[in-house]
This record gives sequence, structure tokens and C-alpha cells, in this order.
Amino acid sequence: MVDVLYFAWVRERIGVPKEAVETTAATVADLVAELSAREDRYAAAFSDVSALRVAVDQNLTDFDACIVGAREVAFFPPMTGG
Amino acid sequence: MKIAVQSEPFDLGVESTAFASGHQDQGAIVTFTGIVRDTPDGTLQSMSIEHYPGMTEKALHEIASQAIARWSLGDVLVIHRYGDLKPGEMIMMVATAARHRKDAFEAAEFLMDYLKSRAPFWKKEFLTDGAGWVAAKQEDEDSLTRWR
Repeated sequence: MVDVLYFAWVRERIGVPKEAVETTAATVADLVAELSAREDRYAAAFSDVSALRVAVDQNLTDFDACIVGAREVAFFPPMTGG
Repeated sequence: MKIAVQSEPFDLGVESTAFASGHQDQGAIVTFTGIVRDTPDGTLQSMSIEHYPGMTEKALHEIASQAIARWSLGDVLVIHRYGDLKPGEMIMMVATAARHRKDAFEAAEFLMDYLKSRAPFWKKEFLTDGAGWVAAKQEDEDSLTRWR
């Protein structure tokens, strides 16, 4: 079980800010594939992952990253701080 | 080092004065303040800033720690707000203290460049004719290469 968080337009498109997901995915990309296969709203949000960023346990990483044992995976668009 | 992520406004004068006090060995203080900018035709109603609680604080600490490791700094301050802000309101500030101005200026620029694209904040603009997320700019990403 991993907490999956969504921010900004990813959150709006998927419709929830956070959810607990039962998964056996080994990598972020596997998790994206699992979620995308579930429902259209996920497939729509993840249609172009080059437009997304991902953090595993609050560390910015890439879609090849391992999520085995991770507590938290977050998806969001490129950040616009400052 | 002081890092604050807050919805409340901050007082630039109070923060700057407090930061500049008690650093007798530091000859230079640089501060930068980011303001909610209206569109040229005045259509911005408000800006909503979302962030990732937990990761935001962690990312800001890491960015500030990198600046301290790289330049000879006496102190660093970062305040960044979230929530709904009106045009003209202060979004954020950074301050750096160093013995000499070059370190203070460079470190402040470094902090701003990294805050722009590596701190988990997202801005949504509410205009008179609709709302939309502010897209990250390629030039902001490019400006990071300067520090590598």
C-alpha cells in the first residue's frame, strides 16, 4: 500500500488530492501504467509523463525510480515557486 | 537559517531588520522579495499558491544548505507563502548574509533560481475571463545550468 498524491492540474484532472493505492508496482512507471489502466481520468492525467514530475518519499526523482517500500509517491507538473 | 512556509502575510521591514541584526561579522545583506504581478491589462483577480506540505520545507532546507555550503554565508532566510493572494501582495522573500556582497548577491540569485523550479509550489491565476495554472518557463530551468 502506498499513498499517492497529486498536485495542481494533476490533482484537478484525477479528482482527489491523495489516495491509498494497493499495488505491486516496482517502479514509478509501473505504477503509472497500473493507474492508467484503471480509469480514463488517470490515463488522461498520465497521457504525457514528460509534462509531469514525480517525487518518491518527498524526493524529486524520475519515472524509472524504484517504489518498493516507498510510503509516498507524488505526481505534479513542473514547479513554479518564487 | 530560518525557513518559513506560511499562508499569513509577512512584514518585509520587520523580517529584514531582524535578519540584519546580530551579524556583526557580516558586511553584506541582500534581500529579494517576490510580489504577485498583475497582468498588463489588470485582469488578475487573485493567485492561488499550492504546495506539498513536508516536501516543501525539506526542499527549501536542502536548497538553503547548498547555498551555505557553496558560498561563505553567515545566515540565510527563506519565507514563502501559500494560499490565495491578491495582486501586489508579497509572495516570498529570501535574504542572505555574507562578509562581502558578492557572496550575498550570488547566493540570493542561486536561492531564487532553485526556488523557482525545485521547490514544490504551483501557481494558479484567476483572471476576469477564466483561470489557469502558470506554466513553468524553460528559461527558469535553463538558469539552473549556470550553477552546475
